Amino acid sequence: MKRALAIGRGLAFPAAAIVLCQIAAMVSHLQSDTLASPAAALVAGAHAFADGSILLATVQTLANAFGGLALGGCIGLILGILLGSSTTADRLMEFSVEALRPIPSVALIPVAMLIYGFGYRMEIAIVAFASFWPVLILSRNAVAGVDAALFDVARVLRLPPLARTIKIVLPAALPRIFVAFRLAAGIALTVAVTVEVSTNPLGLGYGMMLAEQSLHPELMLAYLLWIGIIGWGLNFAIVNAQRRLFGRSANVRTAT
Amino acid sequence: MDSQPLIAFDRVSMTLGGTSILTDIDLRIDAGDFVCVVGPSGCGKTTLLRLLGGLLEPTAGEVRYAGKRVAEPRADIAVMFQDYGRALLPWRTVAGNVSLALEALNVPKEQRPARIAAVLATVGLGARADRYPSELSGGMQQRLQIARCLAQEPKVLLMDEPFGALDAMTRQTLQDEVLSIVAASGATVFFVTHDLEEAVYLGNRVIGLLPHPGRIASDVNVALPRPRNQLTTREDPEFARLRRHLFDFIKDADA
Repeated sequence: MKRALAIGRGLAFPAAAIVLCQIAAMVSHLQSDTLASPAAALVAGAHAFADGSILLATVQTLANAFGGLALGGCIGLILGILLGSSTTADRLMEFSVEALRPIPSVALIPVAMLIYGFGYRMEIAIVAFASFWPVLILSRNAVAGVDAALFDVARVLRLPPLARTIKIVLPAALPRIFVAFRLAAGIALTVAVTVEVSTNPLGLGYGMMLAEQSLHPELMLAYLLWIGIIGWGLNFAIVNAQRRLFGRSANVRTAT
Repeated sequence: MDSQPLIAFDRVSMTLGGTSILTDIDLRIDAGDFVCVVGPSGCGKTTLLRLLGGLLEPTAGEVRYAGKRVAEPRADIAVMFQDYGRALLPWRTVAGNVSLALEALNVPKEQRPARIAAVLATVGLGARADRYPSELSGGMQQRLQIARCLAQEPKVLLMDEPFGALDAMTRQTLQDEVLSIVAASGATVFFVTHDLEEAVYLGNRVIGLLPHPGRIASDVNVALPRPRNQLTTREDPEFARLRRHLFDFIKDADA
């Protein structure tokens, strides 16, 4: 009951805003190439679902986002573990990491275009670059933050490096590594849509651009709403998984 | 050379960042000895233990085990850490934590359950194999560490203030359990403690260290009969004499 009330309170403002927009559109007899009423956007969205175009675009965007996340995240995780467990490697790479990290991932769009042309590979490469850094930095810190006492245990038991990583370091760092992937997943979706909006003729971002350029603001707004729902759903799913896997202790850490 | 000691510290010195932690340590320990190390804080007790465990290398001199230089941890030397909360894997069950030692020794999977059950029964954790460390009391967590050490079937057991954080009753129970486990296995024990009575009660030899820099300043034999008993041993005049001796020794160090 309390929960339902809290959800209701949270939805009160957006619902009121949508109703107000609808009323404004009806009162002013909105005829526009740049704006559309919420009802028109809903109808356009329903059509896009019915003909499958928005679903196809969703699959394309998610394939790019997850493909890039998997590629960049895995490389970032492996390097992060390496840098986190070896101070020598960390010092050696510090300059390179700090020099390359600030490059905005979307600035690589022209480069990736030259190498791969339009399509999945180019977008996945850029998403991978963008999600690589947060995973690298956070997993490096997670591994470096593993209690020295556990390393002592690994040493006296004479666990070889690979077994030590798999049996002690990774499980100990896992809650924080998960946070890294959660952060990177949000970035991956953002960057994927950005690449589609700006360049790549694929996915939700491109669908949105197409609607805009063919003067269908209602369809454009429908795409926008759907992208918002996807982003929200993705975060919701990951937070839920995190809570289930690591319990309450993980909540505190994500706040930082 | 036929009566070679099991463990030998040969003029061992340890310097860390320009500060001398231990200087000129000469120490021989025979197989089957139960050696307790006492001393005021900062005297290098734990450093001594870590040198023997192969976790540290001396800056001068040599630590030898069975005639061989100790340069890294050995499978036949088990270490039990002071801070049980940090030395156990919280994501593994009690059985899983013991299993870690067997996995490190490449014990085949099918042999592990029997060996895990055996050591857990020895330390009285048989009924808690599926619990997680966070569900155990401090005393039980320390038993689990003992079990993990025993799974290694070590010849030497290094214990770093293992009962320092436990209440008096639990501590006495665990002292007696360690004594009976050691008596049964014949292991050599190197036991660091800040509790003088505990040192006299457990050991057959008590080494006293003094700080700045850490050095061996006292080495007494404990001629109390075994098996020890929490009441009769502690009432023995020899127990009182040794306690007094060590007490004076520590007090002089503080003065």
